[in-house]
Amino acid sequence: MRFLFKTHYNQDVRLFKHGGQVFWYGALMLALIAAPWLLPDYWVSQLVFIWIYSIAGIGLMILVGFTGQVSLGHAAFLAMGAYTEAYLQQLGWPFAISLAFSALVAGITGIIVGLPALRVKGMYLAIATLAFGFIVEEGIARAEHITGGNAGKMLGSLEVFGLPIDSDQRFYYLVLVILVLVVLGVMNLLRSPTGRAFVAIRDSEISAQSMGINLARYKTTAFALSAAIAGIAGALYAHKLRYLSPDQFTFLQSIELLIILVIGGVGSIYGAIFGAAFWIVVQQLIVLAKDWLPPAIGQQTGLQPTIFGLILVTFVLFEPMGLYGRWLKIRTFFQLFPFYRKGMFRRQKSYMKSERMK
Amino acid sequence: MLQFLQLVASGIAQGCIYGLIALGFVLIYKATETINFAQGDLMMLGGFLGLTGTLAMGLPFWAAFAAALVVMLFFGMALERVVLRPLLGQPAFTVVMVTIGVGYLARGLVTMIPEWGTDTHVLPVPYKDQIVSIGGNGTEGGLIMSMEHVVVIAVTALLIVALYLLFKHTKIGIAMQATSQNQLAAFYMGIPVRRINMLVWGISAAVSACAGLLLAPITFVHANMGFIGLKAFPAAVVGGFGSIPGALVGGLIIGVVETLAGFYLPEGFKDIAAYIVVLIMLAVKPNGLFGENLRKKV
Repeated sequence: MRFLFKTHYNQDVRLFKHGGQVFWYGALMLALIAAPWLLPDYWVSQLVFIWIYSIAGIGLMILVGFTGQVSLGHAAFLAMGAYTEAYLQQLGWPFAISLAFSALVAGITGIIVGLPALRVKGMYLAIATLAFGFIVEEGIARAEHITGGNAGKMLGSLEVFGLPIDSDQRFYYLVLVILVLVVLGVMNLLRSPTGRAFVAIRDSEISAQSMGINLARYKTTAFALSAAIAGIAGALYAHKLRYLSPDQFTFLQSIELLIILVIGGVGSIYGAIFGAAFWIVVQQLIVLAKDWLPPAIGQQTGLQPTIFGLILVTFVLFEPMGLYGRWLKIRTFFQLFPFYRKGMFRRQKSYMKSERMK
Repeated sequence: MLQFLQLVASGIAQGCIYGLIALGFVLIYKATETINFAQGDLMMLGGFLGLTGTLAMGLPFWAAFAAALVVMLFFGMALERVVLRPLLGQPAFTVVMVTIGVGYLARGLVTMIPEWGTDTHVLPVPYKDQIVSIGGNGTEGGLIMSMEHVVVIAVTALLIVALYLLFKHTKIGIAMQATSQNQLAAFYMGIPVRRINMLVWGISAAVSACAGLLLAPITFVHANMGFIGLKAFPAAVVGGFGSIPGALVGGLIIGVVETLAGFYLPEGFKDIAAYIVVLIMLAVKPNGLFGENLRKKV
């Protein structure tokens, strides 16, 4: 077991709590930097997808995991970011500015969607975001002069500060840098008064309000930030795919993002990254499995949704804290070694909490 | 004018389907405060069961219809027992995710069943291609409706009356009302709350199966027909999420608005009309037409 002996207040504020963390995160960083040289191109490209989904997942996590607002239309913010990036690139804007602008456009859309959140909550809000998602999807298909409509839109090659990003490796580093920046940004956000306010709202709106937290302001902020990060992810997604069409940003895509959070573990940044990694790896495994499964099963088009559904139901029922929760349990087991008890993370039994107004 | 009425009539038939699915949501929401995202997929299962009943087993349509409802009743109850009950007392988001998972599972498994598969199927019904004309002289000048639409409206009306009688005049129905109003108090009064919840899931599944069987002759039966369930959310919200008559009225409003939008507005509005209506409704009157307007007290 490790005992942290605190001799200074700054130790509470540090990102890395102890030398072990510095070592392991350093090792992880080195591994990630070395990855493009060690792995075949195909897997590098899959890693890029993991990072992009992680960014989008972190964005959604701010909303779902930390502020407690459900969004069923997050693909719409991805779409906003992606199409803004595509359009601005066409106009010849440099990447740094167009990326910031994509985040801004998505963020402003987030504020607009967040406005009903001030009046409605819970499932009503979820349905409002769902409605918004469908309207954006249809809007993209119709606004042909900007988005290319159903025919789709191609993106040109990418150039960052004069350096052409023409290989998977270079793009990998670009996305990795942005992911690290987003993670650090969100970690710091969560330690700031704003982040604390988000968590307070998630845990109890009424008590947050009585502590003087302006619900309307913070909920809108959460929507804006969440949407802006999703917008960044969308812009990167656009460059990764190089071809955009409205059917990439459907309701199912929004649900996929939520599934990533649930599998990874709602309520932590790790959750978004673990979930994204798991999601992409499972999809690849299904593709691989199709080759060696008997054709009667392997060639079924229903194989993928069945496995997704099974994974989701299993996680919610048996591992509600997700992969990150599983990791916590394993870590706690070794930290406390002989003293780990089975029921430590057991779900507490509770009465059904009514959200209904009484 | 006649054209307008014609559109309204077919809108009402479409709205009945939305209303029935929304009714399924509302029943579950009232009893257990969870939103079932697999409602549309339950509807799809109902359609496929009807298909098996008529084609593979050779039952007459209405017998297959009844059999499908009974099977779905038990399916809904089993679903509650196996998947939902362990999650009793968990946050709403958790339960929503599990129902989304069930939806995926249903959509995937259906395509693996040999007779069902990924194809679109036609459900043979005895009232196919018949036309009813209302008013006017004979076949001219009157309101013309296809028999499928008339059956949808008639069966919906019957079902509503049956549910109304169930909730008003039977012991079980009254127990359900009590459970939906206050679970703890109902439990203290000796009502077996868990069993009631199970039954509510069963009834809800049967109601959506009914919607599926009614919709089947108008569209087709296929694995993704459940996505129509997403349009029942707006219906439920417009009516006020906790209200049974509201669900039906909401469904009718969405159905009529959608049909009219498809005819009078530019292309593309038909698909999103329901969502525009629900956003307006949430902005103007978040509790819906029939919703209770109460504030939460600390």
